[in-house]
Amino acid sequence: MKRLLLALVFAPSLAAAAEAGFPLDRSPSDPRDLVSLQSGARTFANYCEGCHGVQYLRYNRLEELGLNEGEIRDNLMFFADKVGETMKTVMPAKEAKTWFGVAPPDLSLVARSRGADWLYTYLRTFYRDSKTMTGWNNAVFPNVAMPHALWTLQGERALEVEEPKEGEGAGRPEYRWKELSKGTLTQVEYDALVRDLVNFLVYAGEPAATTRREIGIVALFVLGVVFIFAWLVKRNFWKDVK
Amino acid sequence: MSEQVKVDPQRRTLVIAASAVGGAAAVGAAVPFVMSLWPSERAKAAGAPVEVDISKLAPGELGVYEWRGKPVWVMRRTQAMLNDIKQDDAKVSDPQSSVDQQPAYAKNEYRSAKPELMVLVGVCTHLGCSPKLKGPADKAEMGADWNGGFYCPCHGSKFDLAGRVFKGSPAPKNLEVPPYTYLSETTVLIGEDKEKKGA
Amino acid sequence: MASRLMALWNWFDARMPTAAEQWRIHAAEYYAPKNFNFWYFFGSLALLVLVIQIVSGIFLTMNYKPDAALAFGSVEYIMRDVPGGWIIRYIHSTGASAFFIVVYLHMFRGLLYGSYKQPRELVWIFGVVIYLSLMGEAFFGYLLPWGQMSYWGAQVIVNLFGTVPFIGPDLALWIRGDYVVSDATLNRFFALHVIALPLVLLGLVVVHLLALHDVGSNNPDGVDIKKVKDANGHPVDGIPFHPYYTVKDIMGAVVFLGVFCFVLFFVPEVGGYFLEYNNFIPADPLKTPPHIAPVWYFTPYYSILRAVPPLFNSQFPGVLAMGVAVLIFFFLPWLDRSPVKSIRYRGSLWKAALAIFVVVFLVLGYLGTEPTTVWGQFKDPWNILDTKDVATWVARLCSIVYFLFFFLMPWYTARDSVKPVPERVTA
Repeated sequence: MKRLLLALVFAPSLAAAAEAGFPLDRSPSDPRDLVSLQSGARTFANYCEGCHGVQYLRYNRLEELGLNEGEIRDNLMFFADKVGETMKTVMPAKEAKTWFGVAPPDLSLVARSRGADWLYTYLRTFYRDSKTMTGWNNAVFPNVAMPHALWTLQGERALEVEEPKEGEGAGRPEYRWKELSKGTLTQVEYDALVRDLVNFLVYAGEPAATTRREIGIVALFVLGVVFIFAWLVKRNFWKDVK
Repeated sequence: MSEQVKVDPQRRTLVIAASAVGGAAAVGAAVPFVMSLWPSERAKAAGAPVEVDISKLAPGELGVYEWRGKPVWVMRRTQAMLNDIKQDDAKVSDPQSSVDQQPAYAKNEYRSAKPELMVLVGVCTHLGCSPKLKGPADKAEMGADWNGGFYCPCHGSKFDLAGRVFKGSPAPKNLEVPPYTYLSETTVLIGEDKEKKGA
Repeated sequence: MASRLMALWNWFDARMPTAAEQWRIHAAEYYAPKNFNFWYFFGSLALLVLVIQIVSGIFLTMNYKPDAALAFGSVEYIMRDVPGGWIIRYIHSTGASAFFIVVYLHMFRGLLYGSYKQPRELVWIFGVVIYLSLMGEAFFGYLLPWGQMSYWGAQVIVNLFGTVPFIGPDLALWIRGDYVVSDATLNRFFALHVIALPLVLLGLVVVHLLALHDVGSNNPDGVDIKKVKDANGHPVDGIPFHPYYTVKDIMGAVVFLGVFCFVLFFVPEVGGYFLEYNNFIPADPLKTPPHIAPVWYFTPYYSILRAVPPLFNSQFPGVLAMGVAVLIFFFLPWLDRSPVKSIRYRGSLWKAALAIFVVVFLVLGYLGTEPTTVWGQFKDPWNILDTKDVATWVARLCSIVYFLFFFLMPWYTARDSVKPVPERVTA
C-alpha cells in the first residue's frame, strides 16, 4: 500500500505524456443537428453496437432526435425487443475479454471522459501494423485492443512517424500517412460519418444537454427579473441608512 | 416595538411585488424536485404494455402475466363457462359493469372485448390480495351453487369468471379490466388501448 | 382577516414567546455595523449553499444506491431516467464547489478585517471546525459516484492515514473496513455523508452564529460599534439586521444564484474542475487512472503533501505537513499580534504578507491539479537533487512560504507600523 501511495503521489503522470502525443483535431459536432445525430445513431447501431453498448441510453429516448418508434424499431434496434430497453450490446463481456484481451467498454459516457476531439481524431487515425495482435494500431491510442471497425469504409492506411531531431527547438514528430487500399467512402465522406458518430456519442453522454442549455436561458432571465426587484427593495430600505 | 411605524406605501408595494416575483421563481425552482417523484423512464419502460400469445393457452387454462408489477389473468373461456356467467347475473352485485372498472369495450356482462377471452387484473378490489382460481370441482368448499370463479383468501371475497363480485363479499367492486388490444387473432397487447396506439 | 391572523399570532406568542424573542435577538434587534461591504455577503451565502446541498442531497438519496455494483449506474439513472434528476445532480455537484468558493472567500474576509481577533476567537474556531467538517463531508461525498477519481482519490486519502507511525496500517484498514476501498467503504461513507456530517455541520453553524451574535459582528474598519450608543442604547453605527441586511443579503443571493445557474446550466463540468473527466469512468480497482488529482478545493494541501520529500522512507512528514497546514488556522487569533484588526489601518508588512500568502495559496492550488511534470525539468549538473521537476520545487518553495506566513506572523505583525483607527466607522 505504501508503495502504491508513493507511486501515486510522486510518479510523473502519464497524462502529460499523452498530451504530448498525436495532435487532436477539433470535432465539428453540433448537438442541434438532428440529421447528423440520426446518422450517427445509425452508424453506431450498425458498426459499433455488436461489441459496445450504450447501456444507460434507452432506445425510445432517441425520439428526441426526431425519430418515431417505428423508425427506431426498424433501423436501430438489432439487439432488443422493446423500445423502452437500453442500448446494451449482445456481446458477453467475459468472452469478449478472451477475444480482445479487454472487454469492449460501454460507450455511454466515453464522450464525457475522453472528449469529442479525442474521439473524432481517434476514429480517423487507425493504421495497419503487423506487430499488433489485431493487425491494427492507432496514432492517438497506441496499441489499442480494438481493430479498425470502420476499415471497409475508410480503407487501409499505413503510418510513418519521424521523431524530431534531438537538440533545441525539437518540435512534434512528423506523421506521414500512406494509403494501402481504398475504402467505400472518400475521405470527406468518411470524416462526415465520423463527425456524425461522435456527435451521437456526445449526445449519448448527456442526452439532457440541449434541454439543459434551454432551461438555463430561462433560469438566467428569471433571475435577472428577480434581481431587479431585489435591488429596488434593497435600495428603498437603505435610503434610511445615513 | 410598540411605537407605530409609519408605513411607506411605495415600500409596501415594492415588497409585495418582489415577494410575488421571488415566490414565483421559488415555485419554478421546486419543479425539478417535484417532478423527480414521478415514475422514471425505467419504471415506465418496466410498465410498458405486455404482449400475450393466447394460442398457447388451453381453453379454461388461466395464464398469469406481469404488467406494471401486477398479475394479469388471461383465460379463454369455454361456452359452458360463458353460460355459467349468464346464470350468475342475479348473484353478483354489478352484473352489467356499470361501475367504472373497465375500458368501454369491456363494459358488458362478460367484461371483455370478445366474449371468450377474459383479461383481468388479478388484484382484489377489497384490500389488494390476489384471489385464487376455484373451479366447479371446488363445490365442497365454495358452496353447492359455485360454478367456478375466483376466491380471495384474505377476506373471503368471491368473483365469477368475468371478475364480477358476488353479493355479500367484502370487496366493493368488480375486478379491474386493464386496457388491451388484439394485435392479431392470437396475440393480445395488455396495457394499451387501440385508440392510443400511435406510430 | 388581519385581526384573525393577529389573534392567531397572539395565541402562539402567549404559548411560545421564545420564537419572537429569538427573532428579536438574532434579526430584528441584532445591530450589525452599517458599513458591511462586498466581502460580507459570503457568510449568508454559505448558509444558502448549505440549504441547497441539503435539499438537493435529500432528493438524490431517493434514487442513489450506496452499493459498489450499483452506485455508478444509479448516478447515471438519476442523470437520464429520473425526471428532472440531472438538474438535481448538477445542483449538488455545483453546490459542492460553490460551498468551498464561498467559504474560502468568507475566511479571506476574516483575514482582511481581522475578524478572528479578540473578542471573536471562538467565532473563528467554530468556523475552522466547520471548514474541517466540510472537508470531511466533501471527501465522503466524492466517493459516492463511484467513478475512477472517486475510487482512487479515496484510496490515496485513506492511505495517508496509513502512514501514521505504528497504528497507520490498522487505522487505514479500520477506516476502509476492507483491504481496499470497497463496498463496505462506500456504504459507511454514504452514512457519514448523508446524515452524520450534515448534522454536525448544522449544529456547528448554529454555534458559530450564536457565538457571533453574543459579541457582535466585526466590520471593514475593525472598530467596535458598541462603544458609541444612542439614547435608546443602540449602536449609532449599527442597523438592525432585519430588514436592512436581510434585503441586502437577498439581493446578494440572487446574484450568486445567477452565477450558480450559469455554471449549472452551461458549464457544469467547469473544464474538469467541478466534475473530473475520469470520474465518468466506473471505478476499477485494478486500473489506476494515469493522473489522479483531488477536486480543486483540496489541491493546495495536496500540493503541500506532494512537496515534502519522504523522510526515513516514510511519507508521514508530508501528511503531517498537510495536517499542520490546515490545523494552523486554529491558532490565527494568537499568531496575529497586531493591535489593529482591519487591513485598512495595518502597515505594509501585513499587506505584503497577506498578498504573498494569497498568491502562494493559488499557485499551490493550481499545481495540485496538475502532474508534477507540468512545468518540465531543469538541469541538475551535480545530480544531488531528488527530483528535477520544476513544479515540485516551486511547490516546495510555496509550501515554505505558506508556513512562514503563519510562523513569522507573531514577529511581523508586532513590528508592523499601524495607522490610527477611527472612533466610528467610515462611510
